[in-house]
Amino acid sequence: MTATLDHTAPTIERQFPPIRQMAMVTLALVIVGGIYLAAYLPRRAPFGPAVGLVVAADLLLLVNVVVLSRIKPFAWGTFFLVAKWALLAYVVIAGLLEYVFVTDHTRGHMLVLLTLMLATFAVTIPLILGFSVARYADPAPAPTD
Amino acid sequence: MATVTEGVPAVGLTAEAPPRPSFEIVPLRGLPIVAIVLVGLVGALASNRLWALDFFHVAGGGLWTGIDLFVGFIVGPILGRMSIPARVEFSTRFMPKMLLVMPTLVIVTLTAGWQLARHLGNLSAVYPHHGWLVASYIIVGVMTLIALGLLEPANVAVLFELKKPEPNGERIGRLMRIFIFTAGITGALQVATLIIMSRLATG
Repeated sequence: MTATLDHTAPTIERQFPPIRQMAMVTLALVIVGGIYLAAYLPRRAPFGPAVGLVVAADLLLLVNVVVLSRIKPFAWGTFFLVAKWALLAYVVIAGLLEYVFVTDHTRGHMLVLLTLMLATFAVTIPLILGFSVARYADPAPAPTD
Repeated sequence: MATVTEGVPAVGLTAEAPPRPSFEIVPLRGLPIVAIVLVGLVGALASNRLWALDFFHVAGGGLWTGIDLFVGFIVGPILGRMSIPARVEFSTRFMPKMLLVMPTLVIVTLTAGWQLARHLGNLSAVYPHHGWLVASYIIVGVMTLIALGLLEPANVAVLFELKKPEPNGERIGRLMRIFIFTAGITGALQVATLIIMSRLATG
């Protein structure tokens, strides 16, 4: 694919903190937690490892949000434009999965854990998508006095 | 989503680039189709009809696998040999549709498959092929990570880049390479899933 791109000037991209990488680790932790719980069905998996994975995922998500919020300048308008629609889409998807768990009579701690996993999933993906677009967008011009 | 005005020259790509076609990042006309599919899925889940769950799982999974393999191994290499203007024109027509099609297929396949397996008793740890099922969870987990962490962000970033008055051709090329490479990887993983599902379906 690069052969036909020779006549365009190579772009020196701005360097950012590893937002996407951290978000992918967050997703990986949630996915591993989900597989761990599913592998034990219909028995109940020991909660310790699953809780540990969710806590680790949420802490990493929190760190990621803090790191992201400190990036200056950044195209926040573009970030939120993408993230809000992605959030809507993934809330619908997470809602469908939650509906399946509820109709399957999942209750108690198990439902709380799965809901936390879905919530983490539904927030992380808009963060990845918003960042992936905003990193290439022009930051909003600084307000003039 | 805003629409690029017909006739805006693709400045920054090539001097002789033709006007970029008008496009929406999210094709709004496709949303009712997505809604119909999701309502159908909820109907299948609520009614617990095995044929309906089987239909959504098999049809969704077949399309998901087929599209991944087709894009990764057929469209990708062809696209790589096209000129930049042709590649941009293809992307403006192709990528918005993928933004609706792929997430819909993924959620339909996985949700219906989960519920189908539950009804058939395949989720149980005492199921003779439980190991195969857990292997399929792991493969789907890896595919999800690649699709949500790399493929879809590249898809969306390309579309926003194409919306700019002066799209960066080199950046679009790089993002398209990520999109097609990851589609190829998920396609290859889909083959592994197909083998496992065929094994499970025949006992």
